[in-house]
Amino acid sequence: MIALLIRDLRLAMRAGGGFGLGLAFFLIITVLVPFSVGPQSSLLSTIAPGIMWMGALLACLLSLDRLLALDFEDGTLDVLATAPLPLEAALAIKGLAHWITTGLPLVVAAPFLAVLLNMPPQGFVWLVVSLALGTPALSMIGTFGAALTVGIKRGGLLLSLLVLPLYVPTLIFGAEAARRGAAGMAVETPLLLLAGISLACVALLPFAAAAALRMTLR
Amino acid sequence: MSIWEYANPVRFLALSAKVQPFAWGAAAIGISVGLIWGFFGTPDDFRQGATVKIIYLHVPAAWIAINAWIMMLLASLVWLVRRHHVSALAAKAAAPVGLVMTVIGLFTGAIWGQPMWGTWWAWDPRLTSFLILFLFYLGYIALWEAVEDPDTAADLTSVLCLVGSVFALMSRYAVLFWSQGLHQGASLSMDKQENISNVFWFPLVIAIAGFTLLFLALVLYRTGTEISLRRARALSARMEPRA
Repeated sequence: MIALLIRDLRLAMRAGGGFGLGLAFFLIITVLVPFSVGPQSSLLSTIAPGIMWMGALLACLLSLDRLLALDFEDGTLDVLATAPLPLEAALAIKGLAHWITTGLPLVVAAPFLAVLLNMPPQGFVWLVVSLALGTPALSMIGTFGAALTVGIKRGGLLLSLLVLPLYVPTLIFGAEAARRGAAGMAVETPLLLLAGISLACVALLPFAAAAALRMTLR
Repeated sequence: MSIWEYANPVRFLALSAKVQPFAWGAAAIGISVGLIWGFFGTPDDFRQGATVKIIYLHVPAAWIAINAWIMMLLASLVWLVRRHHVSALAAKAAAPVGLVMTVIGLFTGAIWGQPMWGTWWAWDPRLTSFLILFLFYLGYIALWEAVEDPDTAADLTSVLCLVGSVFALMSRYAVLFWSQGLHQGASLSMDKQENISNVFWFPLVIAIAGFTLLFLALVLYRTGTEISLRRARALSARMEPRA
């Protein structure tokens, strides 16, 4: 399992762009928003938590179609499916690797980008906490979506169509927590619900993803 | 004699051929009686005026939109557990019907909402959940279209339907948390003492029954079409010389 994790991380880092691409995309989204809505700092600080969450979501989505597709093409997935390691565990590891390469950098970078959007400083902690709790769910849901569409040629657009509606609950609670944090309100309820969603996704979705993948590989 | 007998396409088609004329006829009668009675036979509401009458389209369409998904979920489960092809094809056949009903529900709601709420659209929990349901239908149909092998397509869409149901339900309650409601409560329910008053209630129930029968007839018809299509493909595959 650890070998697989290290392999995926190495591939992401050395194959060029995997590691930093999501982060750069996140940065560009954040930079482009003021151009589209205007530079009034009061408006920007109101919508900053939502923009940060939207950016994180899209950055996560961006790297999903490569999560399994390359391994599918070169046959690695067939090897994994017949390996002694259960496919569920392998997919959980894939999701974890995706989170480490895209989710974690976003969490770390979020406060710096929030400064660009003039977000109130008391919200930084809650933005980081909400992203840290929510991005694992995004990665696992994405892994499930990637497993569903891996056998489809040009499945990238379809993947977005399937995955984005599944992101709705995570986005609602995550953005709500960040928004309440920025406004100085109590954040426990949305954060707990967000953590619940993440834990349930991590616990259950590898099974669904493995079932879908077995159907494609059969 | 059990229900599983009808997993055989021939038996299913035979039964479907017997049921369909009745379903179509009863649906036509139910919808026309419900709508005509509703439109012409009921008084205008004292506050909403004549706009209240869109309820005879709005509520049945919404009812079918939700129940079509539940039917797809059950059919998907039957496919995953017992691998009856008719079941998978019935789920496939129901999806576009459910999608259209969702659109009808959203549109009639918008037409009613403009004079009543003063807006075509509000980010109200019920409206938002319906929009999300619409997106789930779109994804489901798109996945059916995208996968070439029919059995794999049935498998993958079934899994999507299962997981999607969980997330759709979660979204339903998440949007309650996220926004305050503008939409009124349920028009009909079993456990309430007082529903809407009887003059509106009877045509509404008849219209709902009519829409349900229409859904049944459409799904039977479309499933039959899918079975024929599957047979035609199998035949043409057999006819082709083996290269």
